[in-house]
Order: sequence, then C-alpha cells, then structure tokens
Amino acid sequence: VCIHRVRSCSSIGFIKSKYVCVFDKAALKFSHQQRLFRTSAVSCGQIVQFKLSDIGEGIMEVTVKEWYIKEGDSVSQFDSICEVQSDKASVTITSRYDGIIRKLHYNLDDIAYVGKPLVDIEIDTSKGVAPEEDVVETPPMSHEEHTHQEIKGRKTLATPAVRRLAMENNIKLSEVVGTGKDNRILKEDILNYLAKQTGAILPLSPKAEIVPPLPKSLPAAPKDKAHKIPVPVSRPLVFSGKDKTEPVTGFQKAMVKTMSAALKIPHFGYCDEIDLTHLIQLREELKPVAQTRGIKLSFMPFFIKAASLGLLQYPVLNASLDESCQNVTYKASHNIGVAMDTEQGLIVPNVKNVQVCSVFEIAAELNRLQSLGSAGQLGTNDLTGGTFTLSNIGTIGGTYAKPVVLPPEVAIGALGKIQVLPRFNEKGEVFKAQIMNVSWSADHRIIDGATMARFSNLWKSYLENPASMLLDLK
Amino acid sequence: MVLQSSLKNCLQLSCILRTSKAGFRSTSGGIIIQSISNDVYENLAVEDWIHDHMNLENQRVLFLWRNSPAVVIGRHQNPWQECNLRLLRQKNIKLARRRSGGGTVYHDLGNINLTFFTNRKKYERMENLKLVVKALKALCPQLDVRVTDRYDILLDRQYKISGTAAKLGRTTAYHHCTLLCNADKLVLSSVLKSPYKGLKSNATPSVPASVKNLFEEDPSLTCEMLLDAIAEEYATQHQIDHHVTLINPADEFLLPGINNKVKELQNWEWVYGKTPKFSVSTCFNMVYKDSVLDVKVDMEIKHGRIEVCNIGLPEQWLPPTLCSELVKSLTGSKLCPNETSALATTLLRMCPQDDELHSRWNLLCENMMMLM
Repeated sequence: VCIHRVRSCSSIGFIKSKYVCVFDKAALKFSHQQRLFRTSAVSCGQIVQFKLSDIGEGIMEVTVKEWYIKEGDSVSQFDSICEVQSDKASVTITSRYDGIIRKLHYNLDDIAYVGKPLVDIEIDTSKGVAPEEDVVETPPMSHEEHTHQEIKGRKTLATPAVRRLAMENNIKLSEVVGTGKDNRILKEDILNYLAKQTGAILPLSPKAEIVPPLPKSLPAAPKDKAHKIPVPVSRPLVFSGKDKTEPVTGFQKAMVKTMSAALKIPHFGYCDEIDLTHLIQLREELKPVAQTRGIKLSFMPFFIKAASLGLLQYPVLNASLDESCQNVTYKASHNIGVAMDTEQGLIVPNVKNVQVCSVFEIAAELNRLQSLGSAGQLGTNDLTGGTFTLSNIGTIGGTYAKPVVLPPEVAIGALGKIQVLPRFNEKGEVFKAQIMNVSWSADHRIIDGATMARFSNLWKSYLENPASMLLDLK
Repeated sequence: MVLQSSLKNCLQLSCILRTSKAGFRSTSGGIIIQSISNDVYENLAVEDWIHDHMNLENQRVLFLWRNSPAVVIGRHQNPWQECNLRLLRQKNIKLARRRSGGGTVYHDLGNINLTFFTNRKKYERMENLKLVVKALKALCPQLDVRVTDRYDILLDRQYKISGTAAKLGRTTAYHHCTLLCNADKLVLSSVLKSPYKGLKSNATPSVPASVKNLFEEDPSLTCEMLLDAIAEEYATQHQIDHHVTLINPADEFLLPGINNKVKELQNWEWVYGKTPKFSVSTCFNMVYKDSVLDVKVDMEIKHGRIEVCNIGLPEQWLPPTLCSELVKSLTGSKLCPNETSALATTLLRMCPQDDELHSRWNLLCENMMMLM
C-alpha cells in the first residue's frame, strides 16, 4: 500500500482522490523534492474515530449547527471542528488529534449522539499525539520541513518541536508573531512571547476602583478639522500576506455600474478658487440663529443655493441628454445631489426643488438626509431624481479634484478644503484670504467650456459676496 | 496579544495572593467583576476574552453587566425571524449575536446580565440559577420566584424574569442569564415581534413568554440592589471576598486583544452573515394610482446574502430588462435595505428619465426594502 501511494503521487501529484495522496493542497507550493519526502514520512496513517465527548449535565444528544472543517482538511490538536447546540448551550468541539479529516458523520442540523463518532481523522502514526521524540522519525531535512495547517484560511508555519513547546505552554500559534522565513514561528518567538512581562493585572485594591472610560475612538490627535492632519487609525497588523479575492457586490457593485455608464460621457474639467472670507463671517453670524431653530448650518446650503441661482441663468447645466443624444431635456426642478461618504460606501441623496427653497430650508433638509444617511435609512425617493451634484471632498481633504459626472446628469462640482492663503488686493497689499478650490466636470457633448466658466464665475461671485445673493433670491 | 500568557499567570497569582491574605484556605479562588460600559458589543467581548484567555482551572468568575437598548440573538438564530429589524434601525437599538446558544432577548438598563465562568468540568447551570433565586429571596422574602427545568426563572409561576444561555469550550465554560428589574416592556414586546412573513429556516427559534419586571412586585428594587445581592450570595457560596472589581472593556492594556473581539462582534458578517441558510417566500400588494398589484418574491439567503432571487411582477408594469437587471444586482448582495436601495437607485440612472417609470420603480424598491 505504501509503495502504491508514493508511486502515484510522484507521477501526477494532482490526484484528488483522498485515499491516494496524503498531502493537502498547500503542499503543492513546495518543491517536488520536499513533497516526496513528506509522503514517504506520512504514509500509512491510521484512521481514528473521534467520538463526541460528554457535554455535561447528562446531555446525550446535540444538534450539529456549524462545521468549521470539511473532509480533506488537516487539523491540529485543539483546533475547532464544529459547533453543536443543546438546550440553549452552544458547544465548540475541538480536535484531540493532529491529522486529516476523512469523514464527517453528520450533516448540518443532524442530531449527534454523545459517545458516537463525530468525525474520522487520519492520524499520522509516525508522529503520534503524545509529546515523544517525534523529531527522530523525520528525515534529515527536518530543519526545513514544517507542518502547517489551514484552518479557516490561516496558516501557521512551525516545526513539530515548536508546536509542542507552544502546546505545553497553552499558547495559540496564531497569536505569536513569526520571525522566520515566510513568517514561520521559531522557538525564539515562543520564548520571547513567554518572556514578555508587564504589570498588567486587574486592580485589586480593597476599594472598588473606577478605571476612567477611554474615549470611544482610538487615541488620535485632537480633531481640529480644518488645520491638522488626523493621525491615521492604527489597524491590527495582519501577517497572512495572502491575496484575497471577493465578488463585487452591494455598494461597490452600484459604483461599478454608475461609473461604467459615466464612461460614455466625454468629460472636460474647469477649476477655480473662491475667496470665502465674507461667507465664513456670514455663516458665523447665522449659525446661532439656525441653532435656535434646531438646525446645524454648514457651508453646503450656501453652495447649493448659489448653484441653483446659477442654474437659473444657465439651465443647460441642469439638463439631461437622452440615450441616442438626439434630445436635451431641460429639467425644471433643481434637485441638487450631495455626495455622502457612509460606512458602507458612496451615496448621493439630493435636495429636491432647491429653486424654491430658502438657505435655511436647504440646511434643514441636509440635516435630515445626513442623519438618515449615516443610519443607513435613506429612502429611494431621496436617492433618485437628482439633476446636478456637488461633492464636498474638502471635508476629508484635497484641493483640486476630477469628479465624474453621474448619469443622467451633465455636470458636477467637487469642493476642496478651505485654506488660509496670502492674496493681493486691489491696492497691491497682501492680505489673509480663506480660499477654497472648486473643480467642475461637465458633459462636453452639450456643455461647452464658456458656459461652464460663466456659470462658475456667477457661482463664485455669489459666494465671494454673499450680499449679492440677496438681490437674486426668489 | 503578547501579554496573554503572562496576564493569565498574573491573574492566577494575584488571586491566590489575595485569598491567602484574607486567610481563606479555599481550594478554588474566584473573582467578581463588573463592567463600567453599557455597550453590548464591548460586554460580549469581555465574555469572549475571559473565555479565551483566562485560566479557570482553579478559579471562577462572576461577571456583572448591563446594556443600553439592544437585542441579543443566540449563536444559531435568524435575526429576521426573531425581531423587527426595521423598528430596531428606527429606534437606534443595537443588534448583537452572542456566542452562546439559546433564544433572543431584549436588553436595556433595566435588565441585568450575569455570567458565571468556570472550568468545563464545573459547568452547572442549575446551581447558578438557584444562587440567583436565593439572593432574590434574601432581598425580598415574599417574592415567588422559582427555576424551571428549561432554566428560566419564573415570577408568580407564570412570568419569565430570566432567560439563560451557555457556551462551552475546550477547557472553560460560561453560563449567562438576564434578570428583568425595570426594563421597558412595551419596547421589548414590539422589537421581539418579527414582521417578516414567509421565512423558512432551521435556525433555533425563540420560545415567546410573558414577562414581568421585579420592580412591579417590589417598587423599591433597583438594578444596583440586585447586582449587589447576587454578588454577595456568590461570594458567600464560593467563599471569596465580596469585592466587585470594576473593569473597562475598552482597556486594551488590561485586556489585550479586546478591541479586535469588539470589532468581530460588530461586524455585519458575524451579526447577519452567521445566519443559517433560509428562504423567503412571500407576496405583497402595491397600490399604484387606481390599481392594486400583486408582487411575489422568492429568495434564498445564505450567509445573510441573497443567493437566489425571483420577483414576480404583473407583465410589462416595468421594463423586463430593468427587472432582470435588478434581480442580477441583488444576487450576491446582503439582505440589507441600504444595499438594495443603493443598487436599485443606481439602475435607475441608466434608464430613460420618465417620471412614471421613476415612481413605479421607487414603489417596487421601497416594498422590497420592507422585506429586509
């Protein structure tokens, strides 16, 4: 039987049949040479029936709820095999052996019996389970050879001796940082792990000590939006180093569809800078007034209203081109979309009929859309029917951008962050100005550069001199 | 993460030191800890942490905690089957899936949670519940409370005031239970009622029960009193100091790796994605202008995602290509109203800009979202 195995393995190496090849898929990565060694060392495994052990409380049967492994997977001692449930108790069954799963005796939702076989595991008898000198059995290449398992997609590389050391000290290999080749865990790594001593113990003074609650967010620089660069949130280091492929679904899929359609639109860009010094002052005055009415006033309502006033003069920017490019529809309503970044992805709800809304009404509507957006509760009506879009990427950062027109619209504006910059006035003196950059993109099939420029100039004049908005407000 | 092994040793050591100082010659130590957080994910993470990292060979732990409004489903349950997800989202009530089995419960600050940690061999739920009943009776002798063989605690022989669940690992086990002191019963009954029809699932179903607050029997009772009484009874029974150590679940230094556990519990893939395979077969009526339309929906959901989707609409009510695009988009997506609306509204961008079409489409999508 042994010879048979070796022969078939060496000739093809890809035979899926379980009872012929003993190595798992991962071994294919390693050199042919090594594989042969491995198969010769691991021949003649013994199939052991791992029985469901006593659950406690006199329970005799449980329901199998989830398998963590499948037939053909290799397992190590203490790896989770399945989750069973009995009378409100969920039990994680772990393996008693190192080996390869050969048979699952139950399907999901089947009743499993205590004392009856749960899985069949093929044990490598040459290695055994007890901590004996198994190193002797393996060929001289033992320094290079390693055992590895893939449980739930995570590999930990370590020699049998290292694994035994970890086991004796109740250490989970997955939690140790490997410093060897391919993140292999070495004996020094285990020893380092054990050696690290800290003073971290639970407070044990006779009086109950209150440990002050830490702020929810991870320790970061104080949030000073306009001026400081936020400290990047530290993420737990992942050492798997493996590519991950996932299907495109949900929000990502929506973005793929939208942007693929946007590709058909020949874009041109037009950028400018706006001096918001006066607007900032005005907003400071109006913020408390809005607050008394229960509304948070940002800059967006002004940007949106000014855009609508501009669209009244240049209605082609609020239009839509049909599929065949035969007809242009000038939309009566100014439904101005506001790009919103949520946890799940990009959404663009719109404020309806801005042409008949006051700045305050726009602000109130924005508040409503923002709170619904962050709670993931926007309705379809809020997300459809947009005719023109503004994207305030400046709240995150950046100056100039190249936004993408969202079909069926024909224009979009991206607003950068507000920076304090030196500028010259009419007298040639340098003064402090609050500058924001705007980047417009438009569909060049029906919008020309001059129209975009004139619209932008009008929008800019309204914002640089907010009093002029009063003249044209309807 | 590096600190675990040393922390285990320290914890063991410090406990032994403490008990010997107090002059006890107990063979097993024990500690009582209470969380200062009301966040359900943080508190569940503490349970995970103790279960995974503490050496309970010779000691036991009682963990006391309370949560701000949250619905907690059992490990193998189906949230669509168990609660009104729409209402939860509206009321900003969190949804969590715990690692122990059992049914769905509603937590708020008027409910206390107790977790009894022991090593696997000493797992004994009846003893724990009897301890709770003893503590309650000591506090309030006239209370008619008893433990049932389903591990519930009943008040006046008919009202459930406590539900139980347990988790057993290789070497450790825990048994936790709730206790209703002064919870909002109206919210409780409304959120634990699922509006979703046509669900077929093998997930563990909950057994509904009439509930009552202990507060209704004795208005002087508060959660603090209950927690204190139970801690005292635990200390007496297990011969340890009646000393409650407060812990902060956000303290990564004290509980290394806890933040990862919190994130795991908050992850959509855990809360919704762990739902056992189920199917939805339902129909709804849409009122559009002067007519009423019947729509039939069949979906198969695996890992919380739509594997198969069929929408049966009256012919030509919507362009068939658009409908098949919707079905294609939904396939593979999460059973989530947010994702559905993002996908559906995106598809509309590619269509002729027809108000009639828009309003029909929005109507269909709003109704589809109601199923989620």
